[in-house]
Amino acid sequence: MADFLIYALLAGCSVAMLAGPLGCFAVWRRMAYFGDTLAHSALTGVALGLILSVNVSLAIVLFSLLLALALVALQHNSSLASDTLLGILSHAMLAAGLVLVALFGRGRVDLYAYLFGDLLAVTPTDLYTIAAVAAVIIPGLIALWRPLLSLTVHEELAQVEGVAVVRTKLLLMLMMALLVAVAMKVVGVMLVTALLIIPAAASRRLARSPEQMAIGASLIGVTAVLGGVASSFVWDTPAGPSAVLCAALAFGLSLLRPMPA
Amino acid sequence: MSTDTALVAGRQLSLAFGNRQILQDVDITLMAGQIVTLIGPNGAGKTSLVRLVLGLEQPTGGSLRRRPGLRIGYMPQKLHLDPSLPLTVSRFLRLAHNDRAAIAANLALTGVDHLADSSMHHLSGGELQRVLLARALLRDPSLLVLDEPVQGVDVAGQARLYQLIADIRDQRQCGVLMVSHDLHLVMAATDTVICLNQHVCCHGHPDNVSEHPAYLELFGHSATAGIAVYTHHHDHDHDMHGDVTDCDANHCQHKDHHHG
Repeated sequence: MADFLIYALLAGCSVAMLAGPLGCFAVWRRMAYFGDTLAHSALTGVALGLILSVNVSLAIVLFSLLLALALVALQHNSSLASDTLLGILSHAMLAAGLVLVALFGRGRVDLYAYLFGDLLAVTPTDLYTIAAVAAVIIPGLIALWRPLLSLTVHEELAQVEGVAVVRTKLLLMLMMALLVAVAMKVVGVMLVTALLIIPAAASRRLARSPEQMAIGASLIGVTAVLGGVASSFVWDTPAGPSAVLCAALAFGLSLLRPMPA
Repeated sequence: MSTDTALVAGRQLSLAFGNRQILQDVDITLMAGQIVTLIGPNGAGKTSLVRLVLGLEQPTGGSLRRRPGLRIGYMPQKLHLDPSLPLTVSRFLRLAHNDRAAIAANLALTGVDHLADSSMHHLSGGELQRVLLARALLRDPSLLVLDEPVQGVDVAGQARLYQLIADIRDQRQCGVLMVSHDLHLVMAATDTVICLNQHVCCHGHPDNVSEHPAYLELFGHSATAGIAVYTHHHDHDHDMHGDVTDCDANHCQHKDHHHG
């Protein structure tokens, strides 16, 4: 098998695996719009990385984090509903990213690759970045699993029972920002949320516990990426969007199954 | 009453959000083995006072002291569980304390041990309240804080739930702080009533409070009739619909209160 295909499969499957449990939290906590905002801001991160000559992945993570913090602050001090706030930030960031890339990145940035992913162009360096992100997210999720679930069920009850609510929520945002930064390579800015939400939603009817749903989401995500890469190889379709279509197909199939008791 | 041994002692507690005063100069003392009930109209600040006791909110004035190491079991008013989260009753309880023996024991105590493997999404109002109570009891708290514990429960079930709470207090000698809208049933099951309307209107033993002018002004005279009946609640029985049967002329007015 060609190297680029092995890199593509390794990168796509790792990201889909990490997206499974995080996507479940995005679904349970209704953070789909938040994921969109993080993803859209990533393009501004890319532009800033180019302008300041720092590693692009690092720039994306730092900028997404900054945005997440700004969002938390705004939510506490605003009369606007949080989906309105997210809508403003999300699209302003996307617009800013497009403008900045046009101004400073002309000739250096393949905009299409950032918007829709370029899985077949994954390099060994990208794989190291993904491995580093996995080395943070996997132990983080294991350590925070119970407090995260607890505050998802009832935030105040969790706090009375001793969960450090604010810290745990910030760490969840950090993990999401890290994932978004590497998922850009796989599905691009426009489809990151799809990779989070769709496998998790498809897994819902197959699961009787939160853990089953998370593992199911990872498996469905990995299958979708394999399908996307195969379709890209055979029919020369874009790999990222093809993977998202596969996940959507899995979701459609899952609807045939009745809701578990 | 000495406040040195109190589980929670709040003095002159005030809470304001911006210009809006929610609570003003509220005193509250919670002791082991004692049931304190907060009553008051909507918007009186009952839930805010509970949040102060729980430490979810800091008072803007006054002082609040908790006994060091105090463990609180909290039963929230509502549970907004997203339908996308698959969760059985026993998994829900393990979030608080991963001890299967304790979970089985507390589910049995609250009478819902048959529901351990049921989905949290398929519980009736009364079943959910009992599961929430089991979770509050799970970590063996010295103070139980119950925000409208009988919400969504039919009248016959309400009386049983209040009885269960009183029994738990007797067995474990924990302190109990309850919030209630309900004036009739809760009075018989409580040691102290605090009647709240931003400040403490009156407080004390239910019999005294129910005759206090401030209480009557808030709730009207009709409320007292219900209490008088309910302190003698063994005089009659309930039929399937929760209506009172076999009552004599004095007690029959009570039927109106159920449906009023």
